[in-house]
Amino acid sequence: MSELEVQATLSRGERSRSRGRRVTPFEVLAVVVALFLLVAGLLPGLLAPGDPLGIDPAAAFQPPSPAHWFGTDESGRDIWTRVVHGAGTSLVIGFAATAIGLGVGLVLGTIAGMLGPAVDFSVNRLLEVLFAFPGLLLALLFILIFGPGVWTATVAVGLSASPGYARIIRGQLLAVRRSSFVEAATVLGRTRRQLLLRHILPNTLAPLFVLGTLGVGQAIVWASALSYLGLGAQPPAAEWGAMLSAGRTYLTTAWWMSFFPGLVIVLTAVAATVLGRAIERRARYA
Amino acid sequence: MLVHSAGGLFVLWAVATLTFFAVRLIPGDPAQAVLGGPGSQASPEALAAVRAEYGFDQPLLVQYLRELGRLATGDLGRSYALNMDVAPLLLAQLGGTLLLALLALAVAWLLALALATWSTLGGKTAWAVGSGIEITAAALPHFWLATALIILFSTWLGVLPPISTPGPVGLVLPVLTLAVPLAGFLGQIMRESFQAALESPFVLSARARGEGELGIRFVHVLRHAALPAVNLSGWAFGSLISGAVVVETIFARPGLGRTLLNAVTLRDVPVVIGVVLIVALAYILMTLVTDLAGALLDPRGRTA
Repeated sequence: MSELEVQATLSRGERSRSRGRRVTPFEVLAVVVALFLLVAGLLPGLLAPGDPLGIDPAAAFQPPSPAHWFGTDESGRDIWTRVVHGAGTSLVIGFAATAIGLGVGLVLGTIAGMLGPAVDFSVNRLLEVLFAFPGLLLALLFILIFGPGVWTATVAVGLSASPGYARIIRGQLLAVRRSSFVEAATVLGRTRRQLLLRHILPNTLAPLFVLGTLGVGQAIVWASALSYLGLGAQPPAAEWGAMLSAGRTYLTTAWWMSFFPGLVIVLTAVAATVLGRAIERRARYA
Repeated sequence: MLVHSAGGLFVLWAVATLTFFAVRLIPGDPAQAVLGGPGSQASPEALAAVRAEYGFDQPLLVQYLRELGRLATGDLGRSYALNMDVAPLLLAQLGGTLLLALLALAVAWLLALALATWSTLGGKTAWAVGSGIEITAAALPHFWLATALIILFSTWLGVLPPISTPGPVGLVLPVLTLAVPLAGFLGQIMRESFQAALESPFVLSARARGEGELGIRFVHVLRHAALPAVNLSGWAFGSLISGAVVVETIFARPGLGRTLLNAVTLRDVPVVIGVVLIVALAYILMTLVTDLAGALLDPRGRTA
């Protein structure tokens, strides 16, 4: 099982006490975080007018204060400004990696689910092999070959997630294929192409919104982990993982350098999980 | 069982093959890499010697078959950067990582169990709080949790060392870092299955017999609740390996994860392949054990 499959299973199995359309406080919080990220990603100047890379050595290592909400780093750069400007980077990485993962997963999953048992068998063996590179291992292998950097890290994260997507999509496809409305359409003499495009794919893709939401959160965390390890975005780029990594040296004297960028990563990940589940629940009880 | 083992061997072979051809995509001359990269200005004679020694001058197919032959005898080749054999190098690192991962797994199970028991005992509020704690814990990235724990326990309280010293004290923070997010996942799945089992007829009859709520949970419910969590072990293993890379780096703890990261950074190909193969083998064994444990816990899944 991949992390994504675990997440998907958890959000499907959730026997929340507040079913249906009631909005929980967690969900309100998640929407606020998501809106903040979108605004920060699209219009960072609105929330933080300063320059995320502008140095001011006289103001180095300032603790959090009204002038510098999140403090400053070793070159006097404002952490709040850098966190806000980092949102765009993280969102682009998160969405790009998810698009890659979903794209590859969709192709593999559709091939396996539609082209008969022999193809299904082969694709399943391939997925089994890919699952034997658990967690970040596939991403690390990819970076070994193509070298570190933001874009290799993004592609690496997307590819590592793709077997998980493929397996979920395949399962979904097979379930839809066996359902009675597809059987009815077959009896009515629809061609294979019509079946796939009109009936099967739309019903397979709807759950992908949930998966995608969960996936973006996970991709952002993984990409920032790679940056933290020095394999993704490089300092002084305003990327959350890279900022955390830069703060590592000053952990005992300037905790705010590591604490706040990490807090935003956690909030993003929690918000993605909560939103994914909220969509899932509403789709089920709609 | 036999089918499982054959499947496992196939996966292992495929992993080795995939990695062998994948690392051939690395741009540049592998002989240069052995001698320290393009910056080392190795002489043509030295390059030729290395090509002959490592077999880079042979056709690809010959190299591939040779590699398979070596791997089959447990020979993982020689590290480019460290100039020593990979197999003994990794074997020496394996113990530390295994200890870390197993301790983290045990602590995660205990935490998840405690949380699941508590949140199904305490009604609506406890359920919501438990769920919130678990979702947050599951979302904590290892690298930030480690940082936060170091700030809290080393910088502010000064009770635990910020780097992993030998001995049990140095293990506390690394194990907690790995265990808490895992407990978040395990806890969610356990709470759901706890609740499902609590609503089943056998619990009703136990209650009718007058058994206590806590006793019911440990005697009757646990076995049912454990199964879905056991099925997560394959994923948990991957998460622990990824986590070990981060945790061993942050806490400066020797182990497989840190060795892997260093090897990726230095492009020490044989070491990376060695770790990949060991992890794949461990993953396959883990899946086997999980299947067996599942059959032990749930007789319905057993085949004659």
